[in-house]
Amino acid sequence: MTPMLTLQEVEHIARLARLTLTDEEKERYRRQLSEILEYAARLQALDTGDILPTFSVLPPQNVLRADEVQPSLDTEEILRNAAKIEKHQFCVPPVLDVP
Amino acid sequence: MNAIDDLTDFTVSRALAALRSGELTCTELVRACLERIERLEPRLHTFITLTPELALQQAAAADRQYIQARKRGESIPPLLGIPIAIKDLLALAGVRCTCGSRILDNFVPPYSATAVQRLLDAGVVVLGKTNADEFAMGSSTENSAYGVTRNPWNLAHVPGGSSGGSAAAVAARMTLAALGTDTGGSVRQPASFCGVTGLKPTYGRVSRFGLVAYGSSLDTVGVFARTAQDVALLFAHMAGFDSRDATSVDMPLPPLHLNSETNLKGIRIGVPQEYFIKGIQPEVENAVKAAIAHLEGLGAEVRQINLPHTEYALPVYYLIAPAEASANLARYDGVRFGPRVEAENVLDLFCETRGKLFGAEVKRRIMLGTYALSAGYYDAYYGQAQKVRTLIKRDFEKAFELVDVIAAPVAPSTAFKIGKHTDEPLAMYLEDVFTLPANLAGVPGLAFPVGFDHQGLPVGMQLMGAPFGEEMLLRLAHVYQQTTAWHLQKPTEMD
Repeated sequence: MTPMLTLQEVEHIARLARLTLTDEEKERYRRQLSEILEYAARLQALDTGDILPTFSVLPPQNVLRADEVQPSLDTEEILRNAAKIEKHQFCVPPVLDVP
Repeated sequence: MNAIDDLTDFTVSRALAALRSGELTCTELVRACLERIERLEPRLHTFITLTPELALQQAAAADRQYIQARKRGESIPPLLGIPIAIKDLLALAGVRCTCGSRILDNFVPPYSATAVQRLLDAGVVVLGKTNADEFAMGSSTENSAYGVTRNPWNLAHVPGGSSGGSAAAVAARMTLAALGTDTGGSVRQPASFCGVTGLKPTYGRVSRFGLVAYGSSLDTVGVFARTAQDVALLFAHMAGFDSRDATSVDMPLPPLHLNSETNLKGIRIGVPQEYFIKGIQPEVENAVKAAIAHLEGLGAEVRQINLPHTEYALPVYYLIAPAEASANLARYDGVRFGPRVEAENVLDLFCETRGKLFGAEVKRRIMLGTYALSAGYYDAYYGQAQKVRTLIKRDFEKAFELVDVIAAPVAPSTAFKIGKHTDEPLAMYLEDVFTLPANLAGVPGLAFPVGFDHQGLPVGMQLMGAPFGEEMLLRLAHVYQQTTAWHLQKPTEMD
């Protein structure tokens, strides 16, 4: 079977998904995703021209609540799960390149 | 048999009666479970985190409450003192919740899932958090970052998945009941593989608040026990509207009437021919057909029906669920929770943390879902899958105009060997072929044991019902269990 996906496509998807993959993983996913997508291609044989999609099995409706202040979790409690915090905030490396 | 094994063999309903009468204390019951866990855990590995101190504290408090209630005639919570285990995808405040993933290795949720909190309010005692496939992605519990759970009936076989730890712990009498989650069969298939009873409720019936999201339009919180009656007891206290889950449905739960009446006259059971396909293990087909004949013998009317789009459920599910997963799992980036892989800039931090700490199957599904949602492929894959999902849902709607309940196998075979599908994702996905349709249509499903194969591995049957029709499924399974003994069989290999 000729894989449908190219290595470049796998690298593009990995970049979109924010995943660093090893060369071995890229090759494995190229093969496996191609196999799965080929299997899934059978859906395209079905005529669904006038069929609406089912994004949820529940009837579509707005779920509203009163706009009232409710008790919420304590900041300390939430920050406790972070790998790195500074001055009561989540800490990340630089987002922008600073010369 | 010693006293510990006697106690851990108790059903929830029998334990409740013994606790209320005072012939048993919660502490005795919890100690018996903990001792059995200690004895069997090295061979089965059903838990990721054990909470013995919490369980003994809760048990002591429950014992005090029973004593006070007896003195003063006060009412007591309905499940007071019943030990349960919780799949490690459901939050329990203050206890580590890994989701079977290294990316949440040290995550301690600050609140409890609604389903968990409601059971705590009803009086349950928590023994620990059970092993599962990473983020519920798997059919064998082999995808956990914390090791493989073994099937109590045969240690060389998988317990099913993704809620394999919960199913195996209930089968092995380490706990009386356990919570699981079912997105594509993750309660029903392990229940079948381990010979216990497992319920996947209607989508929206049990709140998903505090359940770590995988496929949000498919995820449900379910429950395992050794009888349909026990499943009903727990389900009744998990279900109900929750304002914190926008997909929670405000529909009152009817009282679950599981009486001793075994006459099934007037109940129409549909048998879908698409679930008895070539390639199904003959012993599975025979056991399920015998169970259907048994229900017919009790007065039910059996009809052949068709669910013509069944074969498309697998490709539909394996596009929709990964697509939803790719969005849901975007939050794991090493910033707000979990460990991180340090990097020079924020983009590398995200990519390195996710690349190193997610397991192979999770990355595979994130990649698949990202592809199905990406520009140029959305209509052909994700869009088309959501339309075919409509056809699958319509199949069920039409079927429930003709019958009250649908009976089918849970899986094409009994529990397979550990390692059988390693690195063959498509072959593993095919194991879910009979459980996926109920999730896509949002209908409830109940799995329970109806026999054994020549290797001594349990065979399960599933009943599927109309939306919010859990009572019918539980009632039929209860009648079946009142008149047969498969559910009383007990694995002995690990003892």
